Amino acid sequence: MKRGPYPVGPEDDSRGNLQEGAFEDEEVREEKEGSAKYPFGPAPAEEEGTGARLARAVGRGPLHAIIIGISIAWMIPALGLLVSSFRERQAITRTGWWEAFTTPTEFTIQNYQDVLTGQGMGTAFINSVIITVPATILTVMVAALAAYAFAWMPLPGRNWWFLLVVALMVVPIQLTLIPVLRLFADLGLTGTYWGIWLAHAAYGLPLGVFLLRNFFVALPKDLLESAFLEGASHTTAFFRIVLPLSVPSLAALGIFQFLWVWNDLLIALVYLGGTRDVAPMTVVISNLVSSFGTEWHLLTAAAFVSVILPLAIFFALQRYFVQGLLAGAVKG
Amino acid sequence: MRNRMQIVAWIYVLPAFILLGAFLVYPVLRTVYWSFFGRNSESYVGLDNYQYLFTQQDVLIVFRNNLLWLVVFTGVTVGLGLILAVLTNLVRYEAVAKAVIFVPMAISFTAAAVIWRFMYVWNPASFEQTGVMNAVITTFGAEPVSWITNTSVNNYALIVAGIWMWTGFALVVISAGLKGISSEILEAARVDGANEFHIFRHILLPMLKPILVVVTVTLVINSLKVFDLVYVMTFGNFDTDVIANRMFKEMFQFGQFGRASAIAVILLVAIVPFMLFNIRRFLAER
Repeated sequence: MKRGPYPVGPEDDSRGNLQEGAFEDEEVREEKEGSAKYPFGPAPAEEEGTGARLARAVGRGPLHAIIIGISIAWMIPALGLLVSSFRERQAITRTGWWEAFTTPTEFTIQNYQDVLTGQGMGTAFINSVIITVPATILTVMVAALAAYAFAWMPLPGRNWWFLLVVALMVVPIQLTLIPVLRLFADLGLTGTYWGIWLAHAAYGLPLGVFLLRNFFVALPKDLLESAFLEGASHTTAFFRIVLPLSVPSLAALGIFQFLWVWNDLLIALVYLGGTRDVAPMTVVISNLVSSFGTEWHLLTAAAFVSVILPLAIFFALQRYFVQGLLAGAVKG
Repeated sequence: MRNRMQIVAWIYVLPAFILLGAFLVYPVLRTVYWSFFGRNSESYVGLDNYQYLFTQQDVLIVFRNNLLWLVVFTGVTVGLGLILAVLTNLVRYEAVAKAVIFVPMAISFTAAAVIWRFMYVWNPASFEQTGVMNAVITTFGAEPVSWITNTSVNNYALIVAGIWMWTGFALVVISAGLKGISSEILEAARVDGANEFHIFRHILLPMLKPILVVVTVTLVINSLKVFDLVYVMTFGNFDTDVIANRMFKEMFQFGQFGRASAIAVILLVAIVPFMLFNIRRFLAER
């Protein structure tokens, strides 16, 4: 079957397919016994003695070494961050973090106390939440309304309008910074939550409308038509039929947008200006880097605070997460 | 009745249209217009901003760096993603390996920049190396390298951080494509006596091509837009500047809004062909 890289399309009956297939795939599992001689599928059936089995195990050694080696290499940078965030300042500057495992080390949570209170990461965490949650809800709501109209309502020239919205995905947000900044200055929105909520919502819309419209179009026509025959209004159909059936798509979009806003640095830097009491964690961390570039006990703890929530989402909602990220990778 | 329905339809799209108009359509037109104006958009200067950008030595370095990102970052990420997709497909712990490599996609570039600055910590040779990279190379007898400031390696050092973040994306997408290839085709080729390299070269690669193209285009777009990593790791100092960061500097450091607009337009012109490609494919898949 066809499996596009962007699984949130309508013809893609694979909701629950790539994203499951992303990290685990039952059918393939059985085939993995194939020897390294046949890396791309099951080996031809053949009689196999103990010697052959041993040879196969040895032959697969390099394969395991490469995969495990790369996996470990991938974890080391993050592991260094985590370990160092619990080490004392003196220890970090004197020895490598890996020595914390071999020499007796006192771990401390002092760094976290310092960044959360002294360096404002506590406030920044709350600011990140205050920025991200409404921005995400706003995007999903506005996108869903528009997507429903594009999919099911008699909007004149709706295909052209839809194409225009999709075309806006090509726009790098850099193109919008200066005019929006001046607009905000005129309206007094610089450095306010309202400014950044609206900006994030707008930037998330082209992708959101595109994904949701494609999903809504693919919903069973009979279901909606019989609802209309029974006298249901569009508002009823939207809230009572379409939205409940679209939870996976809404979740994928919501998670993508949440992480996008949570991890954003550029928009917060530009639209919030230097206003410290509304700055999200990304901005505070980048300020910490420029003012305390070598105070690793602070930087590591601050960075770790900022990744806790994305990591929790990753492990809890892996399939929506992967689905959303893959679909959103084309965003401008 | 139909008229009333149309009015309702407009009400449904209105919030989206207002936001898109105010934050995307109008600003883009404004930026293009202002790119022909002076530092505070007050006087028309023709092509002066563009001329300045294409003749200024340090801006040319900016373009060179983005080209470096485009080639090295994209090439290595796609290549590594492809190799890992093929290899992880063979082992039982595929899910775990893929998850480990995918995790960096979840965190911010800002956090990744801190992580990698820490990886690249440099101490004078007489002290113990506390950064992983220097600890590794000094173990093999090499002198410690100041990865962030040494202009012959620092761009690659930044690109490595980008590769660390994006390889998971390439891996997961390519791997999904790999699983769509039927094993019967491969079987038939083996019966005909093809060896594994031939199968990879003449069957798998052609069949994966559409997916490899999409991954490549996506990464190219990201390489052109790269900002946060550079902003946090070097702020574009030591010859590591890139287009998006230079625009930020023109705006907030130099107060040159005309030049900043022109840089943004250059970015748009560089990205649009790739974006159109992606969208065309996107629409075709529909």
